[in-house]
Amino acid sequence: MADESKEPKPPQVPTGDKPASSTPPVSTPSAKPADASTPAAPPKPPAPASPKPPVVLQTPLDNELVKRFRVKFGAALLDAIEDRKQAILTVDRARLVEVALHLRDEEKFDMLADLTAVDWPKRDKRFDVVLDLYSFPKNERLRLKVHAADAEEVPSVVGVWQAANWQEREVFDMFGIVFSGHPNLKRILLPDEWLGYPLRKDYDILQQDTAWVRENLGIESGQ
Amino acid sequence: MGPQHPSTHGVLRVKLKLDGERVIGSECIIGYLHRGVEKIAEHRTYQQFAPYVDRMDYVAAVSSGLGYCEAVEKLLLVEAPPRARVIRTILTELQRIASHLLWLGTHALDIGALTPLFYCFREREEILKIFEKYCGARLTTHAFRIGGLQYEAYDTLEKDVERFCKDFESRIVEYETLLTQNRIWIGRTKGVGILTAKDAIAFGVTGPVLRASGVKWDIRKAAPYAAYDQYKFEIPVGTTGDTYDRYLVRMEEMRQSRLICLQAIENIPTGPIMAKVGKVLKPPPGEVYHAIEAPKGEIGYYIVSDGTIQPYRVHIRPPSFINLQAFDRMVRGHLVADVVAIIGTIDIVLGEVDR
Repeated sequence: MADESKEPKPPQVPTGDKPASSTPPVSTPSAKPADASTPAAPPKPPAPASPKPPVVLQTPLDNELVKRFRVKFGAALLDAIEDRKQAILTVDRARLVEVALHLRDEEKFDMLADLTAVDWPKRDKRFDVVLDLYSFPKNERLRLKVHAADAEEVPSVVGVWQAANWQEREVFDMFGIVFSGHPNLKRILLPDEWLGYPLRKDYDILQQDTAWVRENLGIESGQ
Repeated sequence: MGPQHPSTHGVLRVKLKLDGERVIGSECIIGYLHRGVEKIAEHRTYQQFAPYVDRMDYVAAVSSGLGYCEAVEKLLLVEAPPRARVIRTILTELQRIASHLLWLGTHALDIGALTPLFYCFREREEILKIFEKYCGARLTTHAFRIGGLQYEAYDTLEKDVERFCKDFESRIVEYETLLTQNRIWIGRTKGVGILTAKDAIAFGVTGPVLRASGVKWDIRKAAPYAAYDQYKFEIPVGTTGDTYDRYLVRMEEMRQSRLICLQAIENIPTGPIMAKVGKVLKPPPGEVYHAIEAPKGEIGYYIVSDGTIQPYRVHIRPPSFINLQAFDRMVRGHLVADVVAIIGTIDIVLGEVDR
């Protein structure tokens, strides 16, 4: 994090000097080392990227689906927005299963494509649990979100979409979010006895369960 | 079974509950190859993370790379120029063929047919040579960049692809001669590991496995990316969803990929290969989920930006991981020997399952 200013450069250097030798030499004549980073990307000014932020990317969403949703769930719908043309609904955690059933059966979102979480440690309810749904009949995607604080449990949707099983286990493994009603909630990628939840923001990238590593691998550090 | 067993295609460990020779329950133990890719992403810039995705599905690195680059492009609100998109399509389709060839060779080997492996690797080699000529790498290619391409197509790219496609037509026939009507092959694959369409959707299974169950769904058609909207191709589907169907679907997919390549080389637009993106990428805050059709199924990238040069969160939806979940359903009631066939037919890469 600290050396942010240095970081963008490394990938540019190796990528930059290759085409100079492989493509028909157009800009090769002059000093190579000084030019090494330029032939790659002709647009030198990073200006076109920076005036963009004023464009509003997150807009409120109010389509038919949201209207039907409001009628049925009222206040349980906390937020409905569109980000880069992708629909995102934030709902009340307690009613997640009910909402999921409605979306699966009434709105025909029959596939749970993806389930994951995002950690925002500064927020009151630090976790977002994010579900990406897909509807085969409508060829549409929808993102569903619930907020959860540190020790709060999130209702499991395994009963709605089988696909949630391993994905909820992964979220539990990486974030320590407990899914109530999950048939077999245990770690999936890390060893069962591992301590700590690596994808939380307060888990350092070099951090590890040193005791586990020493005991099971017989080495001081896995780094 | 496993994790050090040649038929598990890496380090998959499966706990099987048996009744004699019959499987009555199973549990996959995974994570042996977990590297914390998603954590690493939060500590790299957008460009720096791109090579890491090649190391997930390392037999289809071009496809993983395309998914990531397009996801970040969506986040940045830029679009790759037409020329870059067509070249991307060609390389990705070649990669699909290469990935399916590797699958076919090893899958047949697992079941006891030794010969196809040599045939498949012969053709796969030609594809890898094209990759090597294009970007210098054969496996973890890092072929694309955010915003387009780094390298211009080399002079004989079209010719090489055309020659490969010409030869490949008869080569598929060779594989089919070895297997499609082979009684042992049919005996080992027909009726094995049946997955119904309903189950497949419930488990979130995608790619050839889903199509073999009779669901005609392919992201290249459902939400075209790169240059797929310009080309004509068919989506092959199966009927019963057994191992034999999945074999037929993948064989047909290779034929279709070949056709896409032929259409694409006919008319590669001229123009720039890189969109206007800065050297330092700072996507405006927000989030995006972008999925493409990798050889193994839907590979999705969920990226959250907080407006800095590093992604706030990257989540990868790997097709192998999700598809493997259906393994238990497919394997129940079968013989131990069929377990090997079923692991092979899902076509997993553990680098992608474990990340």
